[in-house]
Amino acid sequence: MINWFKYSSPSSFYPLAGRLIPVFWMLAAILGAIGLYIGFFIAPTDAQQGEGYRIIFIHVPASWMSMFIYCVMAFWSLMGLTFNTRLSGMMTSALAPTGALFAFLSLWTGALWGKPMWGAWWVWDARLTSELILFFLYLGYMALHAAIDDPRRADRAGALLSLVGVVNVPIIYFSVKWWNTLHQGASVSLTRSPSMASTMLWGMLIMALAFWAYTIAVALMRARTIMLEREATSEWVKHLPDVKEIA
Amino acid sequence: MPLMAAYIAALQRDLLLVMRRKTEVLTALFFFVIVTTLLPLGIGPEPDLLRKIAPGAMWIAALLATLLGLQRLFAADHADGTLEQMVLSPEPLSVIVAGKITAHWLVCGLPLVFLAPVIGLQFDLSSDAIGILMLTLLVGTPLLSLIGAIGAALTLGARGSALLVSLLVLPLYIPTLIFGAGAVESYIAGLGATGHLSLLGALLILAAAFAPWATTAALRISLE
Amino acid sequence: MQWHTINEFFAMGGYGLYVWGSFGVCALTMIVEPILIRHRRKNALRNICIND
Repeated sequence: MINWFKYSSPSSFYPLAGRLIPVFWMLAAILGAIGLYIGFFIAPTDAQQGEGYRIIFIHVPASWMSMFIYCVMAFWSLMGLTFNTRLSGMMTSALAPTGALFAFLSLWTGALWGKPMWGAWWVWDARLTSELILFFLYLGYMALHAAIDDPRRADRAGALLSLVGVVNVPIIYFSVKWWNTLHQGASVSLTRSPSMASTMLWGMLIMALAFWAYTIAVALMRARTIMLEREATSEWVKHLPDVKEIA
Repeated sequence: MPLMAAYIAALQRDLLLVMRRKTEVLTALFFFVIVTTLLPLGIGPEPDLLRKIAPGAMWIAALLATLLGLQRLFAADHADGTLEQMVLSPEPLSVIVAGKITAHWLVCGLPLVFLAPVIGLQFDLSSDAIGILMLTLLVGTPLLSLIGAIGAALTLGARGSALLVSLLVLPLYIPTLIFGAGAVESYIAGLGATGHLSLLGALLILAAAFAPWATTAALRISLE
Repeated sequence: MQWHTINEFFAMGGYGLYVWGSFGVCALTMIVEPILIRHRRKNALRNICIND
């Protein structure tokens, strides 16, 4: 029986995270290799879209991750506000930039997919527009966190914003869908994608898992750095092997 | 009922303070007028075009005007220590906050409803479309105050709070904008506005239930 | 396997710019992000040692 609360203090989480990081990098590399292999060598050429459709092996997993990370942030925010643990706040702020990155990748690949397929770099369809708003929500979190000097207060304010945001995301998505169906000017939709052959689905799933492993690795790295920054004066930091190496 | 009394006391206090500083209020209203005047200047005066953009344009101007007014919601009380007294008082903070939000709406939101006909005429909207617009503003501007209050509370004492509030709050305003402007556009297109208005009303009820509570939590965080 | 030459692979049936523009930016960001974190970590460690 693992005593999870043992790891809820930075001093015990730091070495645990340190051991986990290379494991997740390895997972990310292996899953990524498999996913890319499926994406480029096993998945067949699409009848309508030719080779250009292969972008979905990044676009769709990136979208999934951007939404998933936002939910994970909300989870840690709830934990942090309920149990008042320092680590939860650090995890939330460690995840945010990576989530924003995936939102950006989703938008970027969406544009590069849309241009050859439907002739425009941007279409105001429901999913892309919602993704753009999600990107703004990430930026808002990061801006709020950066604007508050006290790290604990920044964490708690960010946590509340994250919870308010996650509650609003379904409302925003619904309203954008509503808006999109009523202004049926753009008849193109990225949701009307080619019918999924199972290889395509597998490829996307594995790429999503690869992205997930990457996220965990990067978030743990960032969390450890945040701990070093915030707990710089603590005893346990001074006794870290990493610090003693440099000293 | 002590809750009601606390609510009314907070409401009356904020209104009284506003009465002493009327120019601030009028500035926000003039902002609304000026922004709506900028749009034809930037886009061109063809009546057809103006009629088309009018609902969205006026709603966006309403969003921006409300954002401006949010600065006044907590900042002054925070600066002179009154806010901390409110937190410490025996009255539930959420009731006091609800009173302040109501005062904010009465001062920044409700006047926009009455300004709408004037601006609507500038955009050559038909009178029944203006009526629908006023109705959407009536239901929607309280929403803007409620959601905006959360942002104002979160950014209290943060650096660059004026712009930061906008970045935080504008994405959350999007559903209100879509249903508010959409109601008028839908009405003009002959599809009726009831769908949009119902959704707007539902959002208002949700926000009225949760926003004061979230704002209170944010205030406690900002003041710790 | 539908790629008969390596040139075909890079051309991606004419969509090369878009496909590699996507995968390329993805790879780039996933390299730059950890590099930035390492940089931040080095600074943090340096600050700890300076203040010791």
